[in-house]
Amino acid sequence: MKRLLILGAGTAGTMAANKMRPLLPRDEWNITIVEQHDTHFYQPGYLFIPFGIYRPEEVTKPTKRFIPSGVDLVSATIDKVEPDANKVLLEDGTELPYDYLIIATGASPNPDETPGMADDMGGDVHEFYTYNGATKLAEKMRTWEGGRLVVHVTEMPIKCPVAPLEFTFLADAFFTEQGLRDKVDITYVTPLEGAFTKPVASKYLGDMLDKRKIALEPDFMIESVDSEAKKIVSFDEREVPYDLLVTIPLNMGADFIARSGLGDDLNYVPVDQYTLLSKAHDNIFAVGDASDIPASKAGSVAHFAMDLFPANFLRHIQGLKMTEPFDGHANCFIETGHGKGLLIDFNYETEPLPGKYPLPGVGPFSLLKETEINHWGKVMFRWMYWNILLPGKELPLPALMSMAGKDTEDL
Amino acid sequence: MPTATIAGHEVQTNDEGFLTEYDEWNEEIGTELAGNIGIEMTDRHWELIRWLREDFKEKNETATTRRVNSVGGFPTKEQFQLFPKKPARKMAYVAGLPKPHGCV
Repeated sequence: MKRLLILGAGTAGTMAANKMRPLLPRDEWNITIVEQHDTHFYQPGYLFIPFGIYRPEEVTKPTKRFIPSGVDLVSATIDKVEPDANKVLLEDGTELPYDYLIIATGASPNPDETPGMADDMGGDVHEFYTYNGATKLAEKMRTWEGGRLVVHVTEMPIKCPVAPLEFTFLADAFFTEQGLRDKVDITYVTPLEGAFTKPVASKYLGDMLDKRKIALEPDFMIESVDSEAKKIVSFDEREVPYDLLVTIPLNMGADFIARSGLGDDLNYVPVDQYTLLSKAHDNIFAVGDASDIPASKAGSVAHFAMDLFPANFLRHIQGLKMTEPFDGHANCFIETGHGKGLLIDFNYETEPLPGKYPLPGVGPFSLLKETEINHWGKVMFRWMYWNILLPGKELPLPALMSMAGKDTEDL
Repeated sequence: MPTATIAGHEVQTNDEGFLTEYDEWNEEIGTELAGNIGIEMTDRHWELIRWLREDFKEKNETATTRRVNSVGGFPTKEQFQLFPKKPARKMAYVAGLPKPHGCV
């Protein structure tokens, strides 16, 4: 009996289990998935919790509901991988041997990595990249009476790189609707040169900040949070004062990856960006946010990559060359407030451009343009996530990015 | 691909003036590139730039500010003093390396 072991039952790990089980004969392959949480969190929903748009219980379901029959779910915390012995050790001492390992343990915020950031967390400093953080911020937002709101990104890469901008747009809309906008100064602080990572989208999104009278503080590499004086300080000694700081802490891969000697400086597993195979071990893959591929850490990337993964995996275990190279395709809805949204579609080579998606000239979604349809796309997506994506069913969208429908005149 | 003549050497660059060929770089070129962005090279600048080039040779990508600190041993604060405002970008430019990615 061969063993496929999957670490992590988040978006990518759950999809891997659902896609691989029907393809690997049950009398030849055991599939086991290890997950420490009994709850599966719909992470894109965290963005909406602070504004009371989603209730916390709308983004959670039991982990086991999405694990198919024929896959063993082990509820445990991982101690480490011993790649030379082909086994994984759990914290309770259990050893799980494997023939092939898929690491899908994602990325998480680490406020402790920035001096002072954790000191007042939950007071005047908040984050919304965890379920608890988003829930606490919702309480704060409900009673906050205004002042200086600073939305801050610590360092790239982060999960869902558009989420901090979306939070900023939604905060502008939220305080406008509450009649408080004239009492709130909003500043967006980023380590990047502009609003976003890619030039064309950065210009569009930067203009949208301007229009909303949101100040942009670019090239800001944070040194520390001074929670007494209520300011953030950069390495080049700039200071941004706040009354409410909403920060995206440093995102890192899981600690056990460092303990196993499998990670880079941020605990992401170095892999070939086209096949997701570990650069160091021929029987280890890293999928979803856990890898170091130069793509957005986003569910859409995990999903498009997982469309190509099964065929590659089946060839690899037969000793054949993998023939379905992944292009880094990402597709992100960006909420912009007041019931509208933007959509961006891009990959390793091509930055987000204006146009229509998925049908050229038709849409129904518009790229890099605010429309109500785009907002509804995002709203609908939660249903698709639980009912189509996680169970590993096919969405009628091509896995690889297409240039059809994109305007290139801004390039 | 544009070419430029720097310190008497013809080199290939990208649109932003970053050298694109690792082996076309030398320290004379580094000195002139630094001058272009108002930096006068000191021993400490050179230590960092030499480390960055060695690291690139091994990893085939430009170290981030974080890695220059944690692996190279040049504190982030010092990187900002040596290469003010945009250290990651400026260090790569002077060292004749691509801008570090990870910004996606």
